[in-house]
Amino acid sequence: MTAPVLQARGLVKRYGNVTAINGADFDLLPAEVLAVIGDNGAGKSTLIKALAGALIPDSGQILMDGEPVTFHNTRDARAHGIETVYQDLAVIPALDIATNVFLGRELRRKGFFGTVLRRLDMPAMRAASSAHLADLKIGIKSVNQAVETLSGGQRQGVAVVRSAAFGKRVIIMDEPTAALGVKESGMVVDLIRQIRARGIPVVLISHDMPHVFEVADRIHVHRLGQRAAVVRPSERSMSDVVALMTGAAEPTDEERSGGS
Amino acid sequence: MSGPNDPAMPKAPAPQRFSLAGVLRQPLLGPLAALIIALVVFSLITDTFLKPQNLSLILQQSVVIGILAVGQTMIILTAGIDLSIGAIMVLGTIVMAKTAGASGAFVGLLTALLVCAILGAVNGGLVTWLKLPPFIVTLGTYTIIYSATQLLAGSATYPVADGPLTWLGTTFKIGSFTTTYGVLVMLGAYAVAWYALTQTAGGRHVYAVGGSPEAARLSGIKSGRVLMSVYILTGLIAALAAWAALGRIPNADPNAYQNANLETITAVVIGGTSLFGGRGSVLGTLVGTLIVGVLRNGLTQAGVDNLYQNIATGILVILAVTLDQLARRRNQ
Repeated sequence: MTAPVLQARGLVKRYGNVTAINGADFDLLPAEVLAVIGDNGAGKSTLIKALAGALIPDSGQILMDGEPVTFHNTRDARAHGIETVYQDLAVIPALDIATNVFLGRELRRKGFFGTVLRRLDMPAMRAASSAHLADLKIGIKSVNQAVETLSGGQRQGVAVVRSAAFGKRVIIMDEPTAALGVKESGMVVDLIRQIRARGIPVVLISHDMPHVFEVADRIHVHRLGQRAAVVRPSERSMSDVVALMTGAAEPTDEERSGGS
Repeated sequence: MSGPNDPAMPKAPAPQRFSLAGVLRQPLLGPLAALIIALVVFSLITDTFLKPQNLSLILQQSVVIGILAVGQTMIILTAGIDLSIGAIMVLGTIVMAKTAGASGAFVGLLTALLVCAILGAVNGGLVTWLKLPPFIVTLGTYTIIYSATQLLAGSATYPVADGPLTWLGTTFKIGSFTTTYGVLVMLGAYAVAWYALTQTAGGRHVYAVGGSPEAARLSGIKSGRVLMSVYILTGLIAALAAWAALGRIPNADPNAYQNANLETITAVVIGGTSLFGGRGSVLGTLVGTLIVGVLRNGLTQAGVDNLYQNIATGILVILAVTLDQLARRRNQ
């Protein structure tokens, strides 16, 4: 087994009396697409938020390349090269595409204007955003237009471009196709493949089984706040996986221990 | 392997061409058109409106509200509102005049700056750390500051001597056009605010926090810091407005500028900034301030009663908010 890029061991998170995740483990291998599936309330969002730095687990450990790391906020996770694409919260509708791509990581001009007057280098950010959009073959005419003028799929494309531009180690996608039509979902699946082709592993949280089976290398099944199994889509059918998810079927010992 | 000239790689898009839809999306266009129409109409129906001294008067009358409205714009861009902004300024004039009487003009100015900044920080702290709605917070601080000002002033007014405190009222001529340093300071404040809001990362974060707080947080923006900065800056701007107010009328009066808070909101809204946050322009607010100034002055020149002027301003506010709502609905 190759060394995992990102791991979690025994993560616990409670909200008052509710235990969202209860000793959850997680392993992400290099250059793979790992789908994370689970019924509503299984705790997969909580797990993913902990990995993205959006919440702090009560106990347990997160490791990158085997080294323990602590994320106090999304900035910490981003500093480690982990980028997250959220369902539909990730972009600011009224701001233009280039500003959205660089939000929180703006480039400043060189020299007096940049260091003293702190002027943004909009031309550089526009050029870089255009190049990234073209790189992932997202057809958007101008990066000057506000994100609210785009279709749902294009907006998601902007969010993916942002994560791909900065995610050097891991890209997490939380239900990236939930709000999209068929054609636009297909576009996002293509983007996931392109990112994997660059050697960057993708964590895909999705309810859409056909998509999961189309693109995932391994499937992490989350149930009752824990990792119930990790299966390979080549070895299991969709109905098997649904049965594992609901508890109607038992995983093999190997699958239970996190798979190969 | 794919170089910049690789035909397989799509080229960076060409600069955007002129398009009518693009122009209509420019939020500044509506207010600017309204201002020009008002200028033309009043020039035609009265003989006195278009005189240089009258236009100069409009600018001078707009200085105090105009400066305050810079702060109000920033707060409204964060999806907040500041009802205490006028009260902070009036307290600023009293502090300035009283301290200046005892220890000199510069100490007076600095003390007022400090007091106003602290009051801004109190508003910002309650909004940011206790997560209270800005409307309620500033309604509370408005009442407190207004009463504290009355107590501090002891119902008296404080005339200030000519000097540094009245400097912003000093007139000078550009050709046949007479204006004051206060007008220059107001225009300067708009220029600086425009630059900061559109050309720096901090300014873009103000829009982001107002437009979508959750997305801003997930993008790693420290929303609390952005909000605090905006409220403290607004306190400082209120002190600047207090200085300009003493330049116009060299007498600190605890009962002056009772409606300044509402007048700044009027200017911001007429200028096309959305009360829902994240959308708008400080230059729009300047135009909004001038529209109100022109409307009031022009209607006075035309012999229209003061109360009708208020009605006209009210209609304009409702019209501006309606347009904003329609624009939002179309975009969602």
